[in-house]
Amino acid sequence: MNPLLNVGGISKFYGHRIGCKDVSFDLYPGEVMGIVGESGSGKSTLLNCLAGHLAPDRGAVNFDTRVDGMRDTVTMSEPERRMLSRTDWAFVHQHARDGLRMNVSAGGNVGERLMAVGARHYGDIRDQATDWLGRVEINADRVDDRPTAFSGGMQQRLQIARNLVTGPRLVFMDEPTGGLDVSVQARLLDLLRGLVREMNLSAIIVTHDLAVVRLLADRLMVMKDGHVVETGLTDQVLDDPQHGYTQLLVSSVLQV
Amino acid sequence: MSDYNFAYLDEQTKRMIRRAILKGLAIPGYQVPFASREMPMPYGWGTGGVQVSAAVLTPDDTFKVIDQGADDTTNAVSIRRFFEKTADVAVTEATGEASVIQTRHRIPEQDLRADQILVYQVPIPEPLRFLEPSEVETRKMHALEEYGLMHVKLYEDISQHGAIATSYAYPVKVEGRYVMDPSPIPKFDNPKLNMAGIQLFGAGREQRIYAVPPYTDVVSLDFEDYPFEASKADHACDLCGATDSYLDELIVDDSGKRMFMCSDTDYCCSRRKAGHIGAQGVPYAEDAA
Ligand SMILES: [Zn+2]
Repeated sequence: MNPLLNVGGISKFYGHRIGCKDVSFDLYPGEVMGIVGESGSGKSTLLNCLAGHLAPDRGAVNFDTRVDGMRDTVTMSEPERRMLSRTDWAFVHQHARDGLRMNVSAGGNVGERLMAVGARHYGDIRDQATDWLGRVEINADRVDDRPTAFSGGMQQRLQIARNLVTGPRLVFMDEPTGGLDVSVQARLLDLLRGLVREMNLSAIIVTHDLAVVRLLADRLMVMKDGHVVETGLTDQVLDDPQHGYTQLLVSSVLQV
Repeated sequence: MSDYNFAYLDEQTKRMIRRAILKGLAIPGYQVPFASREMPMPYGWGTGGVQVSAAVLTPDDTFKVIDQGADDTTNAVSIRRFFEKTADVAVTEATGEASVIQTRHRIPEQDLRADQILVYQVPIPEPLRFLEPSEVETRKMHALEEYGLMHVKLYEDISQHGAIATSYAYPVKVEGRYVMDPSPIPKFDNPKLNMAGIQLFGAGREQRIYAVPPYTDVVSLDFEDYPFEASKADHACDLCGATDSYLDELIVDDSGKRMFMCSDTDYCCSRRKAGHIGAQGVPYAEDAA
């Protein structure tokens, strides 16, 4: 099997300070990769470089495109990259308001990606939006409400529906459960796990919460000071950490 | 001549505006930035349109100004007087006799010819502004032809009102490329945007000029199951009987009696002069007497 994503030597510097350095890995179809570390470890910088929100100083992010096979998304043109980001890629922000249009109805939020790729039949768009609200456990009668009327957990579920409606193959998630109550987190994690399996999604999840990766991630990368210090299968890394830093992280000695 | 340079603006400024106009004509629907000048009138009075008119007027032109279809509003009269004074051009109220027409909120009912220029006053040139406040982002969306957001606006309209409720400034796609705000004309006028005359749009406060060259394809955005409709009041003009013109509705007395009349006053007058009479109309000569 060929990797869906092949990351080679990604480095990003802020002046002399290291954002992330020389990160390489492969991600296979249907695989979920967790990236954990403290704040300032470079995990968010790395995620933004991978998703095309930040230009890395070195390295390649090769993605298996539907039409042309493996393409380096760092060097492809901006129109191509933006097209990718609203078709085969999706990005779930920590704060739903960064990923939603708060002055647009739930249906309009979910329908936007469909319209962006050319859907021009109102009835079809609305049906698909309503269907997706159901899949993220939002009642169909909320389709015309704005996200401002939703709870935090609902907003996050709406953001997920808005991202998944075009059937992306790769989802980037930045602390998707951050800032939510514990009980709300659990429900969201269950939902995400179901969708990932059902849609055979590949995902890269950045989080400081080991419970999130324990539940969702097949593999784990542990980052510290911009470097990857340990990588492996999730259970293996969490149950038998090899690197001293990972051991501290797992034993919850570190306040992350 | 008087204390003013011809048409108020200095020659260098007019050249700068003409360059913006030519660029706009070369890229139909594209918003060209220009260095808007202070004009001796407030922004809401159409300083963008006035600057465009100043740049295209020649001493041989005949100038007409309409505001909501009428030649006699304060706004229309003051702009007409401004160019009478600063450019000494002939003025007219007859659409067919004008070579340059400055307008706010309407396109004349009478078809424009290839030797006529229509200048629009534009308050907000950016059609994507409603949903995307960032200028950097909207520019990028135009550059990359990412116009899904325009349909989100129409989607919201239908989901809230059961139909596309946008009735003014209805967005259009020009020559299959740029999405454009046609200024706050009623959507009834949208089909007329595909015309023989040259159309120039000036936004003073926002410092943008854009243009639609003659016979350019201008398509109103819509959904397959909610197609665009150039709607108007389902009525005939009570003065001239026209059934094909855009109508204003007026309450004419204290009992709430209503009347529909052409918003294009020149069109209505011409029809009455030609002998057409509406349900509440009187023959033209009688009215004038
Ligand atoms: Zn009439």
